[in-house]
Amino acid sequence: MPYTLDTQEVDTARRSFTRGIVALGGLAIAPGVVLYHSAEAKPANQPVSGKQRWGMLVNTNVCQEDCDACVTACNEENGLWSLDRPATDAQWIRKLHVKDRQTGHVTSLPMMCQHCEHPPCVDVCPTGASFRREDGIVLVNKHTCIGCRYCMMACPYKARSFIHEPLQDQLPHSPRGKGCVESCTLCVHKVDRGDNNTACAEACTKDGHQALVFGDLNDPDSEISKQLKRHGGSQIRADLGLNTGVRYQGI
Amino acid sequence: MAELKQSMLVSRIAHSRFLWLAVIMVTCVSMIRVFAGSPENIPPPKGKYSEDTVCVEPVEIMRRRHFEYILDHRDKTVIEGIRTKQYSLIGCIDCHITPNERGEYARYSEETHFCASCHLFTAVTIDCFQCHADRPEEAVRTTLDLSGTTAWFLREVHERLQLDVLVQ
Repeated sequence: MPYTLDTQEVDTARRSFTRGIVALGGLAIAPGVVLYHSAEAKPANQPVSGKQRWGMLVNTNVCQEDCDACVTACNEENGLWSLDRPATDAQWIRKLHVKDRQTGHVTSLPMMCQHCEHPPCVDVCPTGASFRREDGIVLVNKHTCIGCRYCMMACPYKARSFIHEPLQDQLPHSPRGKGCVESCTLCVHKVDRGDNNTACAEACTKDGHQALVFGDLNDPDSEISKQLKRHGGSQIRADLGLNTGVRYQGI
Repeated sequence: MAELKQSMLVSRIAHSRFLWLAVIMVTCVSMIRVFAGSPENIPPPKGKYSEDTVCVEPVEIMRRRHFEYILDHRDKTVIEGIRTKQYSLIGCIDCHITPNERGEYARYSEETHFCASCHLFTAVTIDCFQCHADRPEEAVRTTLDLSGTTAWFLREVHERLQLDVLVQ
């Protein structure tokens, strides 16, 4: 059957009436009423959307030099069991200590995938395995990763690890294996579950430092957005124009 | 003469129908024992998916098409973040991999593992479990708590393998 153009006439009166009703409704709830912004999990059968952009704020002023609770929590949460070979063990988050030679001041900060808006790892991936989810989380689709490691070279943050040997005892929510590249997933399984937090941020808060705040950068009422608006937060290597989802204070 | 008698005896044995029948029967029984993973040794699933269906789809359909459902679901989960339970691999494992009477969970390398039992029989090679957990989370965690030496064991195996290569 040939395609036919739908030439139904538009009922303009009906359309303007609907518009009027919507406008009236808007006027009615506008004064003094703030629509409750739900932080609930999306329904499991719905795809993620660009309405959220998940990010992290690191306050290096309160990050303790001798603490690595975030690293331990990440390893435990994602089953990154060490093979006791530090040179090749996977690390999704690591602690850095940066010393200002002039003043001698040491800044301690966690470094992980910065979940860029324009991720270089995605640009260079030959198979499309490196990708940015609609909600801003940068991931590796290990089903399509061929282990070429271009992304590791492209990443300015040295955030990715390659798995060199067969693994065992992986956790169900965190499949990992030989021949694939991996990095911080911003605890995507927790985000999808509606936990609204990551393992590292939870551990930091539990230890009473509160140096890590996870949240939705697109939601002006979220804690992370409020703090960023009030105190600001810088990107590491902002000159690259990647618009990172992880922001730092105090550097 | 003696040689002729011997060869006649050999051919008589070779042509004996009963002997061949016996050989075939023994082979069949041992094949079934080796490959079928004797279903009575596979612990039953945790429960039913719903009131109407035992599994997420009728069993006959699942036997033929489970991989299509899983393949379709995996892309939706990884790329779009859709986390419905019906066709998720974690869901399959959670329900089907249950402890035996000694409280042990089978691994994919064992023939009593629900997936392995059939894959062995049908000579199917999959690589799902190189990365994905072949047991529910509680089983993985128990193993880790019990030994804590998994990493050590792996390292030992790895080093010994390397050593063997060198020796050869």
